Amino acid sequence: MTPLITVRDLRYQYDDGTLALRGVDFELFARETVALLGANGSGKTTFVLNLIGLLAGHGHIEVCGMQPGKDTLPGIRRKVGLVFQDSDTQLFMPTVLEDVAFGLLNAGIEPEAARARATEALAHTGMMDAAQKAPYHLSAGQKKRVAIAGILAMQPEILILDEPTTYLDPPGQASLIQLLRRLPQAKILVTHDTGFAQALAERACFFDQGTIVATGPVTEIVRRFAWDRAAVPAEACEEPRP
Amino acid sequence: MHHVVLERWSQGNSGFHRLDARAKLGAALVLLVLIATSRARLPQLGAIYFVLLAGAFAWARLPLRAALARSAVVLPFSLIFGAISWLAGDSSRAAALVIKSYISALAVLLLMSTTPMPQLLRGLESMGVPRFLLMVAQFMYRYLFVISEEAQHMRAAAAARGFTVRGASAGKVPFRPAAGVLAVLFARSYARAQDIHRAMVARGFEGTFGLLQKSRFRWQDGVFLAAAVVTPVAVRFALERIAK
Repeated sequence: MTPLITVRDLRYQYDDGTLALRGVDFELFARETVALLGANGSGKTTFVLNLIGLLAGHGHIEVCGMQPGKDTLPGIRRKVGLVFQDSDTQLFMPTVLEDVAFGLLNAGIEPEAARARATEALAHTGMMDAAQKAPYHLSAGQKKRVAIAGILAMQPEILILDEPTTYLDPPGQASLIQLLRRLPQAKILVTHDTGFAQALAERACFFDQGTIVATGPVTEIVRRFAWDRAAVPAEACEEPRP
Repeated sequence: MHHVVLERWSQGNSGFHRLDARAKLGAALVLLVLIATSRARLPQLGAIYFVLLAGAFAWARLPLRAALARSAVVLPFSLIFGAISWLAGDSSRAAALVIKSYISALAVLLLMSTTPMPQLLRGLESMGVPRFLLMVAQFMYRYLFVISEEAQHMRAAAAARGFTVRGASAGKVPFRPAAGVLAVLFARSYARAQDIHRAMVARGFEGTFGLLQKSRFRWQDGVFLAAAVVTPVAVRFALERIAK
């Protein structure tokens, strides 16, 4: 089976000299959900920003048969939808409906068709009632759903979600898991939330200092790197409370 | 927040709210020019325009008393300049400054509280205002709330560590914490602007906003615009004729 995304030896250095990616190899297949785990600053977000050309590193990237370049980036961005960590960053239009239709209008879709697809995406995420509301009047969970609707309206083949559970309370997280399980797209989840990753992903890649040091089933990766609360030394948990 | 109240008001469903933004913009512009250039019988003219605007607020089913209070935001400025003119012996100029500024503020408030911001910006765009300026206005309006929230969080964090304005002003370096907050707020706003730009580019933004719906200028809008232009013009010229 041909991968939807193939990355070979991807390197990226920020202007301040920080070497964020030091040779990343990665593949994503259709209908697969992969969690990217790792410490803060290990390169996870830099990696996904490179996938859609928001950062331009060195190495080989191929997304749905296209290599990022001036001519192919609009096509790649239609195939790959990125949901940002902070929904306030993503929701900038005056009303929810206009925000969801933003990408469609940029793609040259006629206003009537864009409205229909945006409405459909809002219905799919259970946010139809908020269509005419201003985004900043919504709760964190509602904002996340609207941000996902804005991406789904574009009908992408791949969804990337950067720290999707940030700002969400437990019911909001459960609701998001249910929503994402219903979506057929291949997904990349950048997350620290191992419970969330285990609920959705079949596979995890562990980032460390700008490279993927291990890949495999989520539970195995979490256990191997002690990447949950078990990582806290047992004696620290046993210390008496003051 | 102030602009949140205006936005709630602008979501109303009265006949005045449903008028095309261009008609309301045209009417407001004419009224502003008339009030700014009037000299003769200004108190009477101001009173009549006030009644017209109050009638429009009633038509829009908006709370007049709250609107009057919000329009008073301009008074501290106009009262200062009015007082300077009064002390210089020009009491009629002092009164004119206060009347003109207050009526103008009330007219602008009526426009903003009956026209949702996207429609207002589209109306301005169709009247030839540069798109870039409108984009700046749109983003400032959208993120005012977010940046204000960040400022409030920082203020709470400072207060949690014992910072008070009174305490700071008694200290040796009273402005340093405030300057620090402003600097961090600027840096955060800059970082957020970069993130927003990335989010826009990720969804195919290439410099222009598409419109989901195009507004239609109906005959009712034309009738309103004609009445909203003719009435204040007629009032002004009638008062000027009486003054002669």
